[in-house]
Amino acid sequence: MSDQQLLGYTPNETVLHQLSGAAKLICFMLLSAIVMVGYDTRFLLFITLFAIFLFKISEIRWHQISFVVKFIAIFSVLNLITVYLFEPEYGVQLYGTRHVIWDGIGRYNLTQEQLFYEANLVLKYMATIPLALIFILTTNPSEFAASLNKIGVPYKISYSVSLALRYIPDVQESFHQIGYAQQARGLEMSSKGKLGARIKGTAGIVMPLIFSSLDRIDTITNAMELRRFGTRKNRTWYAEKKFRRMDHFAIFLVTAITLIGTWLFAVNEGRFYNPFE
Amino acid sequence: MKETFSVKIIVAIGIGAAVFVILGRFAVIPTGIPNTNLETAYPFLALMSVIFGPVAGGLIGFIGHTIKDVTTYGAWWSWIVSSGLIGLVFGLAGRKINLEDGVFGKKEIIRFNIWQVLGNLFVWGGVAPLLDVLIYSEPANKVFLQGIVAALVNSVSVGVIGTLLMVAYAKTRTPKGSLSKRTK
Repeated sequence: MSDQQLLGYTPNETVLHQLSGAAKLICFMLLSAIVMVGYDTRFLLFITLFAIFLFKISEIRWHQISFVVKFIAIFSVLNLITVYLFEPEYGVQLYGTRHVIWDGIGRYNLTQEQLFYEANLVLKYMATIPLALIFILTTNPSEFAASLNKIGVPYKISYSVSLALRYIPDVQESFHQIGYAQQARGLEMSSKGKLGARIKGTAGIVMPLIFSSLDRIDTITNAMELRRFGTRKNRTWYAEKKFRRMDHFAIFLVTAITLIGTWLFAVNEGRFYNPFE
Repeated sequence: MKETFSVKIIVAIGIGAAVFVILGRFAVIPTGIPNTNLETAYPFLALMSVIFGPVAGGLIGFIGHTIKDVTTYGAWWSWIVSSGLIGLVFGLAGRKINLEDGVFGKKEIIRFNIWQVLGNLFVWGGVAPLLDVLIYSEPANKVFLQGIVAALVNSVSVGVIGTLLMVAYAKTRTPKGSLSKRTK
């Protein structure tokens, strides 16, 4: 169980670590939005290369992210297969032409259009995932809450996010401790057990975890009320970083890329780049 | 608990989101069918939404799911938005239930479960796949089948585990007016 970790911030001194959290958040949101809706292959390819380049300069080590990458790889392959099983001719529908490579069994044949569409899906995963990883690994959680507030999220909600990030490790710790205690009492939780036994085992951890968390809510609420949280309309943030030239440059660059992505919708007359016409 | 953003609600959103992340990551029960797990995060979300209201529920679902996705694999926005929405629905379904005062009898159980099943079907069987088609342009029949399966599995999870959680929670609370004056 302990080998399943969560990703977290790793301190370093690279350019990406020095950028302010708000700037990174804006850049991340713009890029993921344009990659999410865009299906222009050339653009996706460019973003993928750009993301890989950012990866290089952020000095993230492979062992930090290897388990996530493997997880994503399995997930994407499964997704590609299901797309094919459900709609083997979806590419044909989208691009309006049909170049058969292999006449398969029944409706399961292989067309260039389908391959191209699924390649675009792969590119989409490959373009967004490194960006999310970079963002998570280079942004200090306390600074992140300040950034949310800076881009217009009400400070009380920003504070909730900050609390969530602050307490995830604690909750994880409680989860494992309760798990060990229950295992010591003989509760079955490994994959060797039967379904019924495992449901009982999981309930044995989940119930105490939830009730102790509800107590925790009361404790934290009392502490915050005693410190008069929420009496003012604004608050200042200890971890906030001032915008510097670098931040303005990053936002400018990403806005330019996003505009190119949007302009491509007009060039392609739609979301898809069609090489088959 | 009437004020929308009391300190308690803010803390509940934060801690709720943290617990949602951990449950979604570690406390899933595989049913044996690939990609179909009994989730404990959604029953927990149901409990929180009923206690703290629809706004808190929606934010716990949205923030919790976002953090879970971003710290494991990239963000899948259509399902994140749906998680927020289902928190909101759970909260609305439990609006008339006074769980804080330990009231959770047969009538409340039935009422809540009818609404949660309808909500799950609407969100996972309707909204989530629709967003998948609109945003990611995936084949409609694939995402709708995935959505329906998710709706059924989540309805069962919330119906069984969620109901048990709420019954257990109600038992820990003292009902209003449970004390009576002793006469002689």
